[in-house]
Amino acid sequence: MTTKQGLLNWIDERFPLTSTIREHLTEYYAPKNFNFWYYFGSLALLVLVIQIVTGIFLVMHYKPDASLTQSGVPVAFASVEYIMREVPGGWFIRYMHSTGASAFFIVVYLHMFRGLLYGSYRTPRELVWIFGVLIFLALMAEAFMGYLLPWGQMSYWGAQVIINLFSAIPVIGPDLSTVIRGDFVVSDATLNRFFSLHVIAVPLVLLLLVAAHIIALHEVGSNNPDGIEIKKKKDANGRPLDGIPFHPYYTVKDIVGVAGFLIVFFAVLFFAPEGGGYFLEYNNFIPANPMVTPPHIAPVWYFTPFYSILRAVTYPLFGIDAKFWGVVAMGAAVIIIAFLPWLDRAPVKSIRYKGPIYKTALTIFVIAFLILGYLGVLPPTPARTLVSQICAVIYFAFFLLMPWYSKIDPCKPEPERVTWK
Amino acid sequence: MKNLIVHAKRLLAAALIAPALVFASAEGPQLDKAPLSKDPESLKRGATIFVTTCMACHSASFMRYNKLTEIGFTEDEIKEKLLPPDKKVGDLMTIAMRPQDAKKWFGGVAPPDLTLETRQRNSELGSGADWVYTYLRSFYRDPTRPTGWNNVIFPGAGMPHVFWELQGEQTAKITKNPDGTQSIELVLSKPGTMSPQEYDKMVADLVSFMQWMGEPIAEKRKSIGIWVMIYLAVFFALAYALKKAYWKDVH
Repeated sequence: MTTKQGLLNWIDERFPLTSTIREHLTEYYAPKNFNFWYYFGSLALLVLVIQIVTGIFLVMHYKPDASLTQSGVPVAFASVEYIMREVPGGWFIRYMHSTGASAFFIVVYLHMFRGLLYGSYRTPRELVWIFGVLIFLALMAEAFMGYLLPWGQMSYWGAQVIINLFSAIPVIGPDLSTVIRGDFVVSDATLNRFFSLHVIAVPLVLLLLVAAHIIALHEVGSNNPDGIEIKKKKDANGRPLDGIPFHPYYTVKDIVGVAGFLIVFFAVLFFAPEGGGYFLEYNNFIPANPMVTPPHIAPVWYFTPFYSILRAVTYPLFGIDAKFWGVVAMGAAVIIIAFLPWLDRAPVKSIRYKGPIYKTALTIFVIAFLILGYLGVLPPTPARTLVSQICAVIYFAFFLLMPWYSKIDPCKPEPERVTWK
Repeated sequence: MKNLIVHAKRLLAAALIAPALVFASAEGPQLDKAPLSKDPESLKRGATIFVTTCMACHSASFMRYNKLTEIGFTEDEIKEKLLPPDKKVGDLMTIAMRPQDAKKWFGGVAPPDLTLETRQRNSELGSGADWVYTYLRSFYRDPTRPTGWNNVIFPGAGMPHVFWELQGEQTAKITKNPDGTQSIELVLSKPGTMSPQEYDKMVADLVSFMQWMGEPIAEKRKSIGIWVMIYLAVFFALAYALKKAYWKDVH
């Protein structure tokens, strides 16, 4: 027995090292027919690591302090510029983090869309999906709180607008929004608690949820573009005939995905870090000023589809403000995604074998979602509000009518084995 | 059935027209494209104007004087030409005027810090540099304003025309358009010590410096970026070859 083997045995008697590696990597059998859409899960993990590592270094230099410097600039805002100009490599770390925030949502939206394409939420993957929706929720909270920290005009007024929404909740609303802010307006107290939540509380929740998401996935096995279970066809050793070990096959394949992603990511970072004003809003280069409200307050692009749904609700109901129902609609728009496993009644999982009704519904849904996203950036006009109301109805109809239309949709028969090459 | 088709046609027409109504954006004043320069001499001239003129009222509090060595000044030149007597070369480019006093003196708004001016003035109308370039050339005489000056792209600006001796005095010919909007045409009514070309060149130098100051790392960032792209292209090719080699036995 070699020393290496001896050490490994010593560890294995005390910690399940070898068996864990087997279970999750070398003997985790993944379908061999993954396509382009299957890169975004590992990429989301990569971006999570980027955000955590760059975040650690940013916290070393950033100061969550709303008091003013001698030149009348908030300390928090000045500390971000200090990172950009004086901390060695600080500009690179900061741009990684700000570009990473947008990249996270791009990757996660594509990852979720993959689920819609191939029915990744269906039995037995309901919990994988629900953990995923919770990750999305935590990510939104994380991004919202992080956006306050540079303490620019959009940071400040964006937070002001969103926190004010909570005050529309009957009875508890006003007190609740005061508790969130820690003050009657967004202030130093808000900045400090958002900093704490952004760097500790939410990332902890996020990491736990990601672990749960992956453990649940590895328990039930991955779905694939054909939406059939590879575990149904096994060889004499009990291995799925259409499965290949995650390591080395998908580790080397995901490295290709990582390389492709990094090309796009670093192209933005080095050549257009402001992302055309969408990744770093121009108004956020103006220090927060509680006395001056910007003429147009636009949330960051990744929130805009849901922000549009919020603004689309303009009717008061049961004597309660329209704003409250807007908040309810926005919340429902996210939560409803978690119910997909029980809304989809189609006999097949994958879009490859679903009928024309689902294909049409998904296409219209995606278009409506993109229009909602675009309108959320713009100031409202009566025509825009009407369009966003139509798109909001389409958004909810896609989910709520699914039990009906997925049932009557003429589906094709699924193949016995995965189709490949 | 026929009814249905007519209905569908109407819907289609509405769908085609709707985007124009929904996505039309408001027309604003036109910005002139700033002829930005990366020439160190131009940046140095701009820096000198900035420190000697703009910094009478505006700070650049995220900048240090010795950072100006990056555009070609030596530390001795900075000490000689730019540094106020009470400052050290490693100090931040702040001003003596306190913001709370400035607020009182300038009618409620203190002159803003200008370090990031070109970054924050970006809009769909043009870059932030375009905005500053146009702004500094768009002052005109307006006796109704407390300063005696107004500005085409920043109506009611709190700042007077600081460079009026150089540019001279412009007056505005305001014409009302049939659609209710008004267009302003500027005429040089009293020439200054500079010709219009010289003045534009001076403003271009200043704006070029302010553009550099907004993000001093910008040029280096782009040049590093090219190497990163080349590295990643090679990495991608190798990763792809590795994947191909491993996947040969997957049938």
